[in-house]
Amino acid sequence: MSARGIRIENLSKRFGEGDTAVLALKDVNMQVAPGEVVGLIGPSGSGKSTLLKCLGAVIDPTSGRMILDDTVIYDDGWKVRDLRALRRDKIGFVFQAPYLIPFLDATDNVALLPMLAGVSNDEARQRALELLTALDVQHRAQAMPSQLSGGEQQRVAIARGLVNRPPVILADEPTAPLDSQRAMAVIRILNDMARRFETAVIVVTHDEKIIPTFKRIYHIRDGVTHEEAGEGRGFD
Amino acid sequence: MISLAGRDILHAWGKFIFTGIGLGLLIGVTLTMAGVYRGMVDDGKVLLDNSGADLWVVQKGTLGPYAESSSIPDDLWRSIRAMPGVAQAANVTYLTMQVGKGDEDVRAMVVGIAAGEPGVPGWPPHLVAGRQITRGHYEAVADLATGFQLGDALQIRRNRYTVVGLTRRMVSSNGDPMVFVPLKDAQEAQFLKDNDAILMQRRRTEANPAFNRPGVPGLLDAVIGSQTGNSYVNAILVRIRPEFTPQEVAEPIRRWKRLTVYDRTQMEGILIGKLIATSARQIGMFLAILAIVSAAIVAFIIYTLTMDKIREIAVLKLIGTRNRTIAAMIMQQALVLGVIGFVVGKITATFAAPLFPKYVLLVPGDTVAGFFAVLAICVLSSVVAIRMALKVDPAEAIG
Repeated sequence: MSARGIRIENLSKRFGEGDTAVLALKDVNMQVAPGEVVGLIGPSGSGKSTLLKCLGAVIDPTSGRMILDDTVIYDDGWKVRDLRALRRDKIGFVFQAPYLIPFLDATDNVALLPMLAGVSNDEARQRALELLTALDVQHRAQAMPSQLSGGEQQRVAIARGLVNRPPVILADEPTAPLDSQRAMAVIRILNDMARRFETAVIVVTHDEKIIPTFKRIYHIRDGVTHEEAGEGRGFD
Repeated sequence: MISLAGRDILHAWGKFIFTGIGLGLLIGVTLTMAGVYRGMVDDGKVLLDNSGADLWVVQKGTLGPYAESSSIPDDLWRSIRAMPGVAQAANVTYLTMQVGKGDEDVRAMVVGIAAGEPGVPGWPPHLVAGRQITRGHYEAVADLATGFQLGDALQIRRNRYTVVGLTRRMVSSNGDPMVFVPLKDAQEAQFLKDNDAILMQRRRTEANPAFNRPGVPGLLDAVIGSQTGNSYVNAILVRIRPEFTPQEVAEPIRRWKRLTVYDRTQMEGILIGKLIATSARQIGMFLAILAIVSAAIVAFIIYTLTMDKIREIAVLKLIGTRNRTIAAMIMQQALVLGVIGFVVGKITATFAAPLFPKYVLLVPGDTVAGFFAVLAICVLSSVVAIRMALKVDPAEAIG
């Protein structure tokens, strides 16, 4: 089976030791193909955030395997050496709040990632402008985050997540602060970008409005996931 | 790669500028304190330079004439003048006192200079206005810092003097401006008493049978005469011949005249090492405290600025920013703050220095040392903020 996109096998995460140990994730299995957008839903305390942090290479799983774009990241205690570079090059993040760097304009907020990877300033800004154009915020390219509307900030944040062409994007409640129309616009953009850049997108959400748009959904409860087919409705 | 520190500073320039100005005022005080110390040292050196002496002959076993009182007979200068290697020798008296200026008075060091001509040790080496003293009594040359003008009358004890000349940067080691008067007047000023005191002393002397002997006419008058006169000076200033070393001239004076002799190096040691040592330590303590306060302020400001960016730092770390990039951003901001503060401080000190009553000497070497000290303090102060930033968990960005 191809391992492009992201795949996790029997991933577990335990916090603490002995009697106080909490098993936050129990043998989780998941696969998201390039160009696919899946939903990850579950109640508070179900393990969503823990799974997202494991997928984002922010915390290490206790056991299990994770393969990202044909590269093994974790394998039962073993992990790649440079997780920082992995996050920079292979994983895009979109947060509930945009969390743009307030002292950089929209272009440089997006261009910062390729610059960190060693790409020249001019080329990084060129890439950023292309993405901002694709997301229809090119007219706000020179604006500071404080001058952007909430929707514009979220689109810039999506552009930042995509700029290094990562094989996977992790979106944590990306529509939470938005109204229905803007939430649907964000989900449409994520779907468009996923197809366009062959990126696997995992959207963690509580948002009832957007859940019907997913073709595949992973439910998580008490650290255990199960997969089900979604409705896959349109975005209007 | 863009400069994150530079962008953040440009974005919040008001915060940086105003913080830098606050820090700069503190640095300005620090530079001024260093200038006060340098001014004290310079006052001491100027005092020695302006005396025109190579050797100071003083009462045996004293640190006179500046650091301790010294009293030697005023006729000794002739025999010293005749010693091998002595080119010139002149009596001098120093007395720090309040000099009358109309209804007010000013603190000044009154210098009694021996009759002679410009160039004699003890005389003011240069004037900015007027002329040197030409009469034996009641003429004075005053430093500009006293506030006197040519033709003004100044009062020392009961006598009034006319200011005939003005000089500049003629100060004591305490920074008090000098007033030059003829030696005889200065000797009188040191011992001059009021009329009541003179009458009482005469009565006491008359009542003393040891001085008022019926069989020795004239003894009482001689004793009273010796009590009201002053034939002592504080020091003899000696200029040596070029072919002699100070030690070659000083040693015979010590040996044969039973006096203490200091050369220039020894006198500098007394002035700087003893006279202003306590003040120097005091200033040193102030400098240390100000440096610590500056460091604490920079550390607090940088820490606060970093705390305000915790979420951004978490995002930066999550998206793969190296720790050293984040550390460099914080350190660069601390350094910029230090540079702004130093520039403000230097400007403040430069403009404030002339306003101080005492001489404040801002030495370029101190400025350079101060600049690097500020940078070092800023680097050290940023360590706390950097440590905190590096501890930020990138997971905080995910929630």
